[in-house]
Amino acid sequence: MRNFLSARAKAIPPSGIRKFFDLAVSMEGVISLGVGEPDFPTPWHICEASIYSIEQGGTSYTSNRGLLPLREALSVWLRQHYNLSYSADEEMIITTGVSEGLDIAVRAITDPGDEIIIAEPSYVSYSPCVTLAGGVPVPVQCREKDHFRVNPDSLMEKVTSRSKAVIINFPNNPTGAVMRKEHLSAIADIITDHDLLLISDEVYSELTYDGIHVSPASLDGMWERTITLNGFSKAYAMTGWRIGYFCAPPEICDAALKIHQYVMLCAPVMGQVAALEGLRRGEAEKDRMVQEYRVRRNIFVKGLNKIGLSCHLPEGAFYAFPSVEKSCLSDNEFAERLLTEEHVAVVPGSVLGRGGEDHCRCAYAVSRENLEEALTRIERFMHRI
Amino acid sequence: MDEKDLLLLRLLEENSRLSSEELGLMAELSTEEAGRRITSLEENRIIRRYTTIIDWERAADGGVAAVIELKVNPERDFGYDRIAERLANFPEVRALRLITGVYDLQLVVTGKTMQEVARFVSESIAPMDRIRETATHIVMKTYKENGQCFYEREAGERIPYSF
Repeated sequence: MRNFLSARAKAIPPSGIRKFFDLAVSMEGVISLGVGEPDFPTPWHICEASIYSIEQGGTSYTSNRGLLPLREALSVWLRQHYNLSYSADEEMIITTGVSEGLDIAVRAITDPGDEIIIAEPSYVSYSPCVTLAGGVPVPVQCREKDHFRVNPDSLMEKVTSRSKAVIINFPNNPTGAVMRKEHLSAIADIITDHDLLLISDEVYSELTYDGIHVSPASLDGMWERTITLNGFSKAYAMTGWRIGYFCAPPEICDAALKIHQYVMLCAPVMGQVAALEGLRRGEAEKDRMVQEYRVRRNIFVKGLNKIGLSCHLPEGAFYAFPSVEKSCLSDNEFAERLLTEEHVAVVPGSVLGRGGEDHCRCAYAVSRENLEEALTRIERFMHRI
Repeated sequence: MDEKDLLLLRLLEENSRLSSEELGLMAELSTEEAGRRITSLEENRIIRRYTTIIDWERAADGGVAAVIELKVNPERDFGYDRIAERLANFPEVRALRLITGVYDLQLVVTGKTMQEVARFVSESIAPMDRIRETATHIVMKTYKENGQCFYEREAGERIPYSF
């Protein structure tokens, strides 16, 4: 029989943590700091609104772009919160999570051989999405000395005549780094000068702990060359509902919509109804959760530094990204031994791209009790090795 | 009162055993500053008391609670205040509120047995001057108290890793 697998599918590396995953599920009493999602259930009023809508028969397809009231509410919300101007009719698509938004963004703009620069360490799907679209992923490393922001000089070094776009994600998974206006302006200049496009994944935007999130498309000259991706998963504790949104100028939006309508048709209506309820009445619950993440961040990062795992204070998202250098283990060994010996699950930084080596990602979206217990176990581990 | 004070109150409401050091760490304040703010909240009687939330049913103490509603004739000059304060003096009265609607005052009363609660209402409350009518509702089961759910919730399945 022939080998039916495509070269593109084969080119994607398998998950870097499969063995950790299998180990963790076979163990009792694991505290997982490996999960990139809120530990809170979705606020009840959001669930209630969606349940009611199902009871009323709200179980059909929506328009390809998504429910109009949701897009209209988002259009107003984005203007009020991030000074972004996207029309509900032509410049927005409701997607099945930001994951789908990223995929249709990359596919809408990538021709074979196009180089897509990816700020790393990063969420794991960027590079495979580019590969699947026939593009060439080009990592640009964000360094600890730069507070894990994109350094303009490093970005410049990666720009070639084949460069098409840059993918960034701030507040960042896995480092918790935030790029303020002045940092974004510096890279915006490069993007404009070299006629590149920016794909900005802002799914952690509401988890910005000091000051407010700056959306790159709100900077002068950037709106026309930016695809803004965001969603409800993190801020509203709605990961399982799979609702994101894609915003871009009409021409790009139309191209992405063609892909979206053929591969997804529309995002699930139950999730869209839930998202609208979150947007209309979810502010207080969202703020309460964000405040709690901030409290946990303070406890956890102080604890890590006390143990000797040096960690900068993350300004956003819910990840700490400590260096494991002091353990004299590689990040992979550290994560594996911490799991097998102390039953604490963390993600080794090297699976998250360049610049992740010698670090591990710890999600502090777990209860304070579990965070304290995890710190006790990590401290015991560090004393023993 | 500012954002930090509100955060301290929220943290203490959830767990009143947190030390100034822990509170300071959580709220990004020095231990001294956290302590000073808490003292001030106590002095201003914003923090009234440090207490616990107990599921007495679980403690198998077998107590009985009742919600009692009263129609009351208010007094000239004093309205409902004097009668309410007299009612509040009874240790059996755990909570007391002035409410809108058909009834005026709402009480939560506890006792060891149903008889004890019934006797308290019929002998101590109902005969008081100015009380025109009572309605007694025995609590059958408590699902939530002071923001705490008393029923066990099955935690949703969470995978050990996701990106």
